Amino acid sequence: MKYMMFVCTDTEPDPPTGDPKLDDVDDWVERHAASGARVMGDALRPAADATTVRMRGGKVLVTDGPFAESREWIAGFDILECADLDAAIEIASQHPMARFGRLELRPFWEDEPGGPTS
Amino acid sequence: MTDGGDVHRALTDALAAERLRIVATLIRTTGDWQLAEDAVADAAERALQRWTDDGIPDRPAAWLTTAARRRAIDILRRRDNERSKLAELAMHDDPDDPPAGAPPGIGDDRLRLVFTCCHPALSMEARVALTLKVVSNLSTAAIARVFLTSENTMGQRLLRAKQKIANAGIPYRVPPPDALPERLDSVLAVIYLVFTDGYGTANDDLAVEAIRLSRLLRDLMPNSDEAGGLLALMLLQHSRRSARVVDGDLVTLEDQDRSRWDTDAISEALALLGGAGPERGPYLIQAELAAVHATALDAESTDWLRIVALYDELVTVHPSPVVALNRAIAVGMSDGPLAGLRAVDAITDDLPDFHLAFAARGELLARAGRVAEAHIKLSRAIELAPSEQERRQLARRRDALDEVGPRLLADPHRSGQCCPDVRVSRRRSDDDPFR
Repeated sequence: MKYMMFVCTDTEPDPPTGDPKLDDVDDWVERHAASGARVMGDALRPAADATTVRMRGGKVLVTDGPFAESREWIAGFDILECADLDAAIEIASQHPMARFGRLELRPFWEDEPGGPTS
Repeated sequence: MTDGGDVHRALTDALAAERLRIVATLIRTTGDWQLAEDAVADAAERALQRWTDDGIPDRPAAWLTTAARRRAIDILRRRDNERSKLAELAMHDDPDDPPAGAPPGIGDDRLRLVFTCCHPALSMEARVALTLKVVSNLSTAAIARVFLTSENTMGQRLLRAKQKIANAGIPYRVPPPDALPERLDSVLAVIYLVFTDGYGTANDDLAVEAIRLSRLLRDLMPNSDEAGGLLALMLLQHSRRSARVVDGDLVTLEDQDRSRWDTDAISEALALLGGAGPERGPYLIQAELAAVHATALDAESTDWLRIVALYDELVTVHPSPVVALNRAIAVGMSDGPLAGLRAVDAITDDLPDFHLAFAARGELLARAGRVAEAHIKLSRAIELAPSEQERRQLARRRDALDEVGPRLLADPHRSGQCCPDVRVSRRRSDDDPFR
């Protein structure tokens, strides 16, 4: 299954462990890119640099900032390819931002012919 | 024609023995929760008809299993796009056969089902509702009553939970060893929540169902001390059910008529506690606590030092203000009311509006002979208490202060625990029943 992993900040982070292997995002990226679980991903500039775009009544409305005012903001994303949610949780829990922030796992909307219908 | 009563009984027995296994295996082979439940319900309906006409088969449970699988295949055949499931189902000739190489218990589909229903990616309410529906086979209407909501709303929530399992990719399996302790905590929390909901509201059917679930878990995971601890804990609490509420009023542990305690349940629980290892988890420690009370002749002869020691142990594995409060109350029993008050004072910052903290203060003050202060604290406890039953029980304590006066209450042998029971917590929405 494919998951979008949103990497978010959090107002109550855990302190760094001091171990570069655990605290460094690059190390996480390397490991999970090598295994094929991390398909792609990137860091994003902060919410201050965000621009929101809407089309209303035929007019483009452009506003400064993110669409939701929040003390937490999306700092990056990764696309994961995993067997199931437990595998995605395992990989996500190793990401340093699981401790410094929080991660949201969202499955891609995939129409599987053999998928459950209920 | 076979006698309707016999048929009904045979069907009830067969369902009790095999329904869960059939549903759990059909979910694994088809991946379709609704289909699995429908196929078994349909097979049960057919059984009533056929067994009445043709007689009860020699092996009713096996008959049901076969009928449910055939029904599942029928449903799948009518869906064009479900060929892969059909093929998979057909491959599993013996639905009871665990996958090759699986350790005992872990390969049991029933255990897969329990762990999937209790997956932490589902909300706590969804976990409880799904477990009651699919594992316990309660009706949607009955579950709706537990959650004080409508049948329609509960049906929607159950549907959403099943959809999330499919859409989010929640796997149908018992977690691997490194994830097992955390996941088991969730399963235990769900079962204990079912119990405390039933026990707290005097819905005995629900409490009995929680004990049944706990027995199942213990049978499927015989090496888990915490699974045995939870069963022992619930058996011990449940053993007091007839003495705990009299004429609709809560009776505190110390005032309960101990001859009304269920000695069979207590014996079963004590036997479960015997074989546990040295590293004890929170359920086992709580069960040990309940066992100290269960084996004491009365409140006076209770081994309060051992209770304090067990609370010390519980605070280390599960630090929580409520556990600390119960520990303080036990200190009051072992070292006297002033020591108890100091212990309560040391922790009340964490419990600013907790009625039992005020009740504990009131009780300890009364025992120290400071009746006027006790009166104030108990009044505040009554204001804060969440249920009418608890308000009445606290009001009786307060009124007793006025009637009896300080002398009798100051007697250290007269008064005991202020809490209605040793139960630590029963918060509905929290993942962790101890926090």
